[in-house]
Amino acid sequence: MNDATMNNALMSNVKTTTKADVMTESKISAKNVQVFYGEKHAIKDVNIEIRPRSVTAFIGPSGCGKSTFLRCINRMNDTIDICRVEGDIAIDGENVYDPKVDPVQLRAKVGMVFQKPNPFPKTIYENVAYGPRIHGLARKKSEMDEIVATSLQKAGLWNEVKDRLDAPGTGLSGGQQQRLCIARAVAVSPEVILMDEPCSALDPIATAKVEELIHELRENYTIVIVTHSMQQAARVSQRTAMFHLGELVEEDDTDKMFTNPNDQRTQDYIMGRFG
Amino acid sequence: MTNSHITSAYDEELKYLTRRISEMGGLAEQMAADAVRALVTGDAALAQKVISEDVVLDNAEREIIDKAVVTIAKRQPMAADLREIMGAIRIAADLERVGDLGKNNAKRVIAIQQSGVPRALARGLEHLSELALMQLKEVLDVYATRSAQKAESIRDRDEEIDAMYTSLFRELLTYMMEDPRNITPCTHLLFCAKNLERIGDHATNIAESIYYITTGYQPEGERPKHDDSVSVAVTPDA
Repeated sequence: MNDATMNNALMSNVKTTTKADVMTESKISAKNVQVFYGEKHAIKDVNIEIRPRSVTAFIGPSGCGKSTFLRCINRMNDTIDICRVEGDIAIDGENVYDPKVDPVQLRAKVGMVFQKPNPFPKTIYENVAYGPRIHGLARKKSEMDEIVATSLQKAGLWNEVKDRLDAPGTGLSGGQQQRLCIARAVAVSPEVILMDEPCSALDPIATAKVEELIHELRENYTIVIVTHSMQQAARVSQRTAMFHLGELVEEDDTDKMFTNPNDQRTQDYIMGRFG
Repeated sequence: MTNSHITSAYDEELKYLTRRISEMGGLAEQMAADAVRALVTGDAALAQKVISEDVVLDNAEREIIDKAVVTIAKRQPMAADLREIMGAIRIAADLERVGDLGKNNAKRVIAIQQSGVPRALARGLEHLSELALMQLKEVLDVYATRSAQKAESIRDRDEEIDAMYTSLFRELLTYMMEDPRNITPCTHLLFCAKNLERIGDHATNIAESIYYITTGYQPEGERPKHDDSVSVAVTPDA
């Protein structure tokens, strides 16, 4: 066997192992998930594996259930009385709907960023320090200062606000407020960050900054993003899941989904055709 | 089969590209056919017409690219729409080249006119041109119907043209060897034959583009090739 063939053999081995690893490894695993709002069957038997340290985009027309499903992951639907969730959603193998799971702890592990930036009516510093404080993550002021600074740095906001940490968070621009909310989510060291249309209220520049941030955060966090912008889904995610009428239509590599999806409903939706 | 876009102007833009490609195809085909006819019959006027038509194809290609770029910027096409537009750009480039090759054949008419084309060679050239133009005509029909299956079979047929070209190549060498006065016309005819063989290649490229537009996959494997002219050597009988 010459060097080239040996290298090829080695390469092909490496390739197979990596592929197999990716196939088996998943951060979030949803099995037979059903959601009902009273009589309405909002999510129908959704099964999906979400990979760690990657961005998964949920797309689909309004009312298709993508936000509902996203909110199941950190039990945000618990607060809606008529909402009933069935099936299993496990993070690292642990069912989030297990009675032993404390939703407050869960939401520290699974942070969330919403459509409209919603900073607390407090200072920039306090917005970020709030989570770590209630979760007892800092013992002294210097430790808290450290958390606030790193979180703002991770959210790409530090340079813009470091001289005015005592200014109210609500005084920032829309894009800055959204990055402040991301800093707030990151401050409690989550493993998963859920984003529900995080850029729909932002201008293209602020959107680009948030997208750049998502790209950087991907190295350390598992990110799930709901977006109505096909281009955004194509730009920021590695995997894309298409929802329609409460069903998961298909889930595949993003590059494949936006160039040659398998399902006609995905085709029609992403190309803006009548479905 | 596919639904219309919600924005009807988008449909119009895509239809416009398809229509312009079909028009380009018709003209390219006509030019290539006229050039061969002009060669065989020594019709300088027809050759001149072909030469002057090339600019129309050049402009059409530029226009298609401009429209395609504007559509991409405006609509941010996805999936089949994106492939359609990328395909239109590629096909327009192939058709423009077909026009150039037709024009090149037409330009040789003057040079060959004085000596004329030996009847037997004209036959061979006509046959090669029939094959290449049939290939082009069919691929343009397939562009209109979008049949991936037919696109694939056209791609597989390019080897007939290659084989025909190789045999014509051999024949031309033999003629040159028989009488040095044949060298001038035969050399021009060699280029003409090569140009026709290339038109067949462009038709095959177009077939591959159509396959990609329709299926989203690149056709697999090497295309069949039978151009053995590179190894043809004819030695004079001792």
